Amino acid sequence: MPDELEKGIPIPPELLNTVAVTTLDKVYGWSRRNSVWPMMFGLACCGIEMIATATSRYDFSRFGMEVMRPSPRQSDLMIVSGTVTKKMVPQIVRLYNQMPEPKYVMAMGACASGGGPFKEGYNVVSGIDKYIPVDVYVPGCPPTPQALLHGLMKVQEKIDGESVRTVRWYRPELSEARPIPVLGPDIFDPRDVETLKNPPSPPEAAEAEAVSS
Amino acid sequence: MTEATQTSTDLADLFPGVATRDERPGYTGAIVPADQLIDFARTLRDTHGYDYLSSVTGVDYLPEDKMEVVYHAFRSAGGPAAVFRTQVSRADPVVPSLVPIYPGADLQEREAWDLLGIRFAGHPDLRRILMWEGFAGHPLRKDWQETYYEEDGKPYKNRWPDGQVYRIEDKQPVGQNATFPEAFDPERWIPETETALYAGLARGGNGGNGHAIDTDTIVVNLGPQHPSTHGVFRMVASIEGETIIDLKPVMGYLHRNHEKIGERNTFLMNMPFTDRLDYFCSMGNNFGYALAVEKLMGIRPPERAEYIRVIMAELTRIVNHLATIGFLLNDLGAFFTPVIYAFGERELILDVFEATSGSRMMCNYFRFGGLARDLPEGVLEQIRELVFERLPRRIDEIDAFLTNNEIVRNRCIGVGVLTRDQALALSAAGPMLRASGVPYDVRRADPYGIYDRFDFDVPVRSNGDIYDRYLIRIDEMRQSLRILQQAVRDIPDGEIQTGKPQYQVRVPAGESYGRVENPKGELGYYVVSTGKPNPWRYHVRAPSFINLTGLGLMCRGHKVADVVAILGSIDIVLGEVDR
Repeated sequence: MPDELEKGIPIPPELLNTVAVTTLDKVYGWSRRNSVWPMMFGLACCGIEMIATATSRYDFSRFGMEVMRPSPRQSDLMIVSGTVTKKMVPQIVRLYNQMPEPKYVMAMGACASGGGPFKEGYNVVSGIDKYIPVDVYVPGCPPTPQALLHGLMKVQEKIDGESVRTVRWYRPELSEARPIPVLGPDIFDPRDVETLKNPPSPPEAAEAEAVSS
Repeated sequence: MTEATQTSTDLADLFPGVATRDERPGYTGAIVPADQLIDFARTLRDTHGYDYLSSVTGVDYLPEDKMEVVYHAFRSAGGPAAVFRTQVSRADPVVPSLVPIYPGADLQEREAWDLLGIRFAGHPDLRRILMWEGFAGHPLRKDWQETYYEEDGKPYKNRWPDGQVYRIEDKQPVGQNATFPEAFDPERWIPETETALYAGLARGGNGGNGHAIDTDTIVVNLGPQHPSTHGVFRMVASIEGETIIDLKPVMGYLHRNHEKIGERNTFLMNMPFTDRLDYFCSMGNNFGYALAVEKLMGIRPPERAEYIRVIMAELTRIVNHLATIGFLLNDLGAFFTPVIYAFGERELILDVFEATSGSRMMCNYFRFGGLARDLPEGVLEQIRELVFERLPRRIDEIDAFLTNNEIVRNRCIGVGVLTRDQALALSAAGPMLRASGVPYDVRRADPYGIYDRFDFDVPVRSNGDIYDRYLIRIDEMRQSLRILQQAVRDIPDGEIQTGKPQYQVRVPAGESYGRVENPKGELGYYVVSTGKPNPWRYHVRAPSFINLTGLGLMCRGHKVADVVAILGSIDIVLGEVDR
């Protein structure tokens, strides 16, 4: 569609090198994709590789991402860089809620994507996507800076694909804040209160046991 | 081994009627009854010179129905450990707190209370430390099972040799990693995770701060998401104006259950997990764990492997100190430029690590009795170029740019002072201890590997402030280069593994404490084996965790901005603080 538009609008010869015709979506996407400000937010080992990505050899300022913001209010991208623990997850959800739209989340590394090597731990959350929506997952333990750059480019691709007419932050309905998990005897999500009061029997536990032995 | 046995004999002889020799096979040290522990410790410190309490931890001996607390104390003049322990019943484990004798036991006793449920009578502030207040159970007890519990030890039957793999969360009611007591009512739950913390915080006087303007004491939280805290660390400070009245560290935001997972793993499976403790220094972490298990197995690596180990450990030290200096300058306001210089050199050393081990950060390179593989072709030349040519100049450059910088001097000199006696009492380790005037370096005081062959100095400074901690790190990098130059010169050819490389090692029953001088301080691994494929107890004495014991003391009376610099000078890594 945009290409047709560009072809379809004739530009007078005397203005050929002065005027360019494009779509609003393209300008909108172009300006946003080149100024994705990540939040300065290192959780664990992956955070160090994130810093390495910011330094000279890898240098993500080439993509307009060098302005790391310590405040969620000024950031566009949350890179969840490391193991998410139960003690930390309420803070992460709160930070996510404080980020203004448009916002993106990247799960960097095995731990943030699904628990990683520490998944079986009693204080570890099996992936941040249980609590907040994730746009891009970057595998690795920790991902190399190259992998992180690849992930960041995937975020840019996602931004390119968005249209100003359909994005959720220009919709009339308000987007709701994510419920913040509560630290009880163990962590629970306020949305699960009903399930917790009447817990279902563990699904097919007996059957899985039988298969495994 | 003989030396350790020697001390255990000594302890029982030195304290007749109080300490009894530990007769269990593979164990050393003495057993002290709980009611005599305080007197015993006081005499040990004052009369026998064991002034440095390195490690305190608990062990749950479920079959014997006993809870044991193990202490490792050292003389700051050097020498082997005095190992003493006290045993109490599992049902109601109460042990007198050693905080009055050794204040460095503070955080470690809180950890033992949190994870094992051992109550320390007389502890000034016995709260949970890694988990939150209100969490159900004490997770490191042997009969406590995590939500994703499958079996007591790996390898799990459903994965090996040809099991059917299932996803453990599919067996959970809500599909998440959480279990609740029977009577739990989520609607009536009132979280009290912070109440005791805030109640224990010292407030100022009656609003007066000694100046003309009356101010209220307010409580400020720094972290867990704060750019100055080097990760997910939190400090709760009560301040009057800009002055810190009291400050408490709050941790556990990266507690990823290293020890519980470690006790389910087989011995070798723990090696990659040690990488993730202090993720700047994975080679050094491997070293300590390999030493602890090798001590139990009674093996030593071949000559070439010993040299490669030293080379890797010292390169790690340079990586760590470069990064620390970079981040310290970050905290002083020189935002990111020093870090870029530091990380530039770090990348070159990481190239060496990547070539030898296959990974930049998580090297997983050491094995019991050797190494995973030999140095590939060309790497030794790469290291030679680095340690003879490039790094000495770069360290001189950093020194020239920063050491006499006016802002660095003004911000650092005389701030965050820890005196010699305080540092020893608080069990501070590594650069922090040496900056306070204690020439204690495990490589010298209790040599491991082949460190006794190298010619190097232990740098010491006497003021114990931020500036000295910075200078110590510059000095140490230079000493590391000296060691590296000798090691690269002398490295022999030969094998890199004693015996055949094994996936499943046989570790005889017993206990061992392996410690190394990691860049951040003394890193110790306390391992108890019962002869099974999995360790019965696996505890990490993490230097950055214990160095935080003195944080409140160092910060009191200083300004808020200084807190950031003081924390930067301690050099913590959250993977190790919280484990």
